[in-house]
Amino acid sequence: MTKVTMTVNGKAVSKEVSGNTLMTEFLRDELRLTGTHVGCDTSQCGACVIHVDGKNVKACTMFAAEAHGAEVTTIEGMANADGSLSVLQQAFQDHHGLQCGFCTPGMVMTAAKLLEENPKPSEHEIRDYLEGNICRCTGYHNIVKAILAASGQDVSGIAAE
Amino acid sequence: MYSFEIETPTSLADALSALGQDEAQALGGGQTLIPSLKARLASPAVLVSLAKIDEIKGITAGDGTVTIGGGTTHAAVAAGVAGSYPALAALAGNIGDPAVRNRGTIGGSLANNDPAACYPAAVLASGATIVTNTREIAADDYFQGMFTTALEEGEIVTAVTFPIPEKAAYLKFEQPASRFALVGVFVAKYPDGVRVAVTGASESGVFRWTEAEAALSADFSVAALDGLSLPAEGMMGDLHGSGAYRAHLVAVMTKRAVTAAG
Repeated sequence: MTKVTMTVNGKAVSKEVSGNTLMTEFLRDELRLTGTHVGCDTSQCGACVIHVDGKNVKACTMFAAEAHGAEVTTIEGMANADGSLSVLQQAFQDHHGLQCGFCTPGMVMTAAKLLEENPKPSEHEIRDYLEGNICRCTGYHNIVKAILAASGQDVSGIAAE
Repeated sequence: MYSFEIETPTSLADALSALGQDEAQALGGGQTLIPSLKARLASPAVLVSLAKIDEIKGITAGDGTVTIGGGTTHAAVAAGVAGSYPALAALAGNIGDPAVRNRGTIGGSLANNDPAACYPAAVLASGATIVTNTREIAADDYFQGMFTTALEEGEIVTAVTFPIPEKAAYLKFEQPASRFALVGVFVAKYPDGVRVAVTGASESGVFRWTEAEAALSADFSVAALDGLSLPAEGMMGDLHGSGAYRAHLVAVMTKRAVTAAG
């Protein structure tokens, strides 16, 4: 067993975990933060994307021990301080950027990083950045639209959903 | 996964001593090794993470060279060599996806030597030098077939030094589902000649296409490659493409790489 200590969504947490505990297991089973989803568990689908020390990573392909000392943000930490939805989350709702919703946490976490790195991405840049996030409902169109809208760009020219 | 202990040393010396334990294995960014552990294809007793060792991270410019620490992530390489070696930056920035690029490292990729990985093509085409904790290995001696390298047990890739070419480009024909290279070709032009390295195609892993190198060294143009082809024998064949298809793609992608290199 290894003791790991980290900050998750602004809160210090400390747990004893076995060496092979994945970040997804740590968040979901130990901390009960079940917003981080496990889709493929092979780092293809991106439903488990979280931020570790400011970088978007796939929580299914990282051990909890590797995040010792890190600042971690999960989908549960993305809303505004008063509990209202962030601009990006609100855009997903407004533009119906989801169908079944399973991939949504990962989409939001990835999109948040994209907008940090590139505040006004083109549609192509958004689709390219979402390469590691799979929506099995194939609802990409409105996801892309939501991200464009969240970046403050006009989405009226985007084909109707 | 089988159970194992994990250690996260912060110095190379501590990592090497941890790797001296029975059944210990190094963990780079884990983007290949963790899925392999899940599939129970590896069963180390101790996993030694290299992710917190700052001394094997970072990029330093030399005299006509660039040296990249083995623990440097693909994302950091893509950003860090954009000015000094744009073709290498473009390659690094197109491995996997953004989240994978934030974890995966150049040293991990080279130690694994996946036959469809991108970095081996850059290293071999650049005639780069792989620096480990014990020695320096020339790229031509380093790659020894699929998933096989000159690395000894417990040896760690601490850095890679790339001579910067006059012109270079990497062109990857992506397998549409995995986005791994179905065929990837890296062409690099140096004052003393052109090197062409091919990944994704051969059953023996990354290799140099010496016929194309000779033709391009004499005349760095797409026309110089006219009529050159590789045999299908020895090429990987699977549901994504036959050996003959891959052999054909190598010639096509080499031409495209020459065009892109300009």
